[in-house]
Amino acid sequence: MDWIMSLSISHRAGVIIIGLLVLATLIILALKRIKPDGQWETLLQRVKSWWMMAGLFFIALVSNRIISIIFFAFVSFWAFKEFITILDTRRADHRALFWAFLTIPVQYFWVGIHWYGMFIIFIPVYIFLFLPIRQVLSKETSGFLASTSKIQWGLMAFVFGLSHMAFLLNMPNVAGSEANGHSLLLFLVVLTELNDVFQFIWGKSFGKKKILPSVSPNKTWVGFIGGVLTTILVGFFFRFLTPFDLKMVLIVSLVIGVSGFCGDVVMSAVKRDAGVKDFSNLIPGHGGMLDRMDSLCYTAPLFFHIVKYFYYYSYNW
Amino acid sequence: MILFIGLRVYDRENLPKEKPYIIVSNHASHLDAISLLDIFPLDELNNVRPVAASDYFERNWFTSFISHLLFNILSIERKVVSKHSDPLAPLKQALDSNQVLIFFPEGTRSVTGEIGNFHSGIVHIIEKYPDVPIVPVYLGNMWRSLPKGEFLPVPFFCEVRIGKPLFPKGERSSQLNQIRDSILTLRGK
Repeated sequence: MDWIMSLSISHRAGVIIIGLLVLATLIILALKRIKPDGQWETLLQRVKSWWMMAGLFFIALVSNRIISIIFFAFVSFWAFKEFITILDTRRADHRALFWAFLTIPVQYFWVGIHWYGMFIIFIPVYIFLFLPIRQVLSKETSGFLASTSKIQWGLMAFVFGLSHMAFLLNMPNVAGSEANGHSLLLFLVVLTELNDVFQFIWGKSFGKKKILPSVSPNKTWVGFIGGVLTTILVGFFFRFLTPFDLKMVLIVSLVIGVSGFCGDVVMSAVKRDAGVKDFSNLIPGHGGMLDRMDSLCYTAPLFFHIVKYFYYYSYNW
Repeated sequence: MILFIGLRVYDRENLPKEKPYIIVSNHASHLDAISLLDIFPLDELNNVRPVAASDYFERNWFTSFISHLLFNILSIERKVVSKHSDPLAPLKQALDSNQVLIFFPEGTRSVTGEIGNFHSGIVHIIEKYPDVPIVPVYLGNMWRSLPKGEFLPVPFFCEVRIGKPLFPKGERSSQLNQIRDSILTLRGK
């Protein structure tokens, strides 16, 4: 096993993820052999999609920084588009929506030129103030507040929130550790997605008591707690990607586990409100881009700011 | 463009294999014709003709040039000029040469996304060509992406839902209703 230790930490994590995917695929294929009447096809479909997503994500990470940033901009674009499509928007919002979409390249441009000050206030301050004015100009006041809120909320979650992942890519090595922005991003994404998977597995296998039946009928207490505990274990396992000490891994993994769950149920509530089951059918077995990015909308900004506060405090922002 | 808008086409297999046929669809945006053309492979585009009113699409040389060049429109007169001229003659010609026609019987773009009343032009064609299948198509969300009166498109996901071919029978008004109802059913799904 010497060769695996000789890789850089991000590559090492990549090898482990591919190993996990191989393992998952083999387990499902074996279960399908043993119990052919089970619903293994959907699971297999999901794992296939995981292969696709992991592949795309790794390609985005190992290619140069600009391509990675464009990749995340595209994720934001797609997520925001799915969000805005299922909502009722007014005819009068057309121009405002056009500007809202235009914020995506601009926000990622701030990421690209590494301008943290602008990156962090552009959507919460400037766009927040600008879009309502654009909507006032179309002179339609009925449904005004509902409409401004929807657009701003979508921008905050899917453009501002998700762009924190891309900004992590800018971050250099943490002093006195092998960890850098890339490895931290990998830690965040792997933990968030595995948290989703484990909450699903625990809930499916042992879950009984529903946690939020009116919002998301499949979420159970066992799924939630089992998922969070497993995520903490996974966090310890992937600690080599981070500069965290043991106490910090515990805290960060707990935050990712709990907030990932929160993102999941918040997006479920959005879907309930709009009356759809999935945001789209982009990813076979999973639903839309948003059905996969929902937890990251919550975990990405929280993780970013924890890391920034504790590990990049001496960094010149 | 298509990546940007994100077009979703449902039940493409409902399109007849044999030409000619007539696609009848609701109308809410300039994206409608583009989207319907997009479901055909490039080498068939010569034989797919969106039917367009000459008073609108040939109102100046520029619009006319663009619509003919890019969309290959088949323009017809909406007003009957004299008793002897047949405004539908170009359509008959096109059907005789096995082309696909794209028809928007509302005659104008809907502002609200609702489906308006159908004009009777299509029925005159059906009377002459009872064997040509009518393919009802519902276009969803186009009016949100590019509404009437706007020139900047916003990327909503748009839908093209293709229905089973029809051969409307009976009175003129009932034929129109059969077509309109089939589009409403596609929408309701």
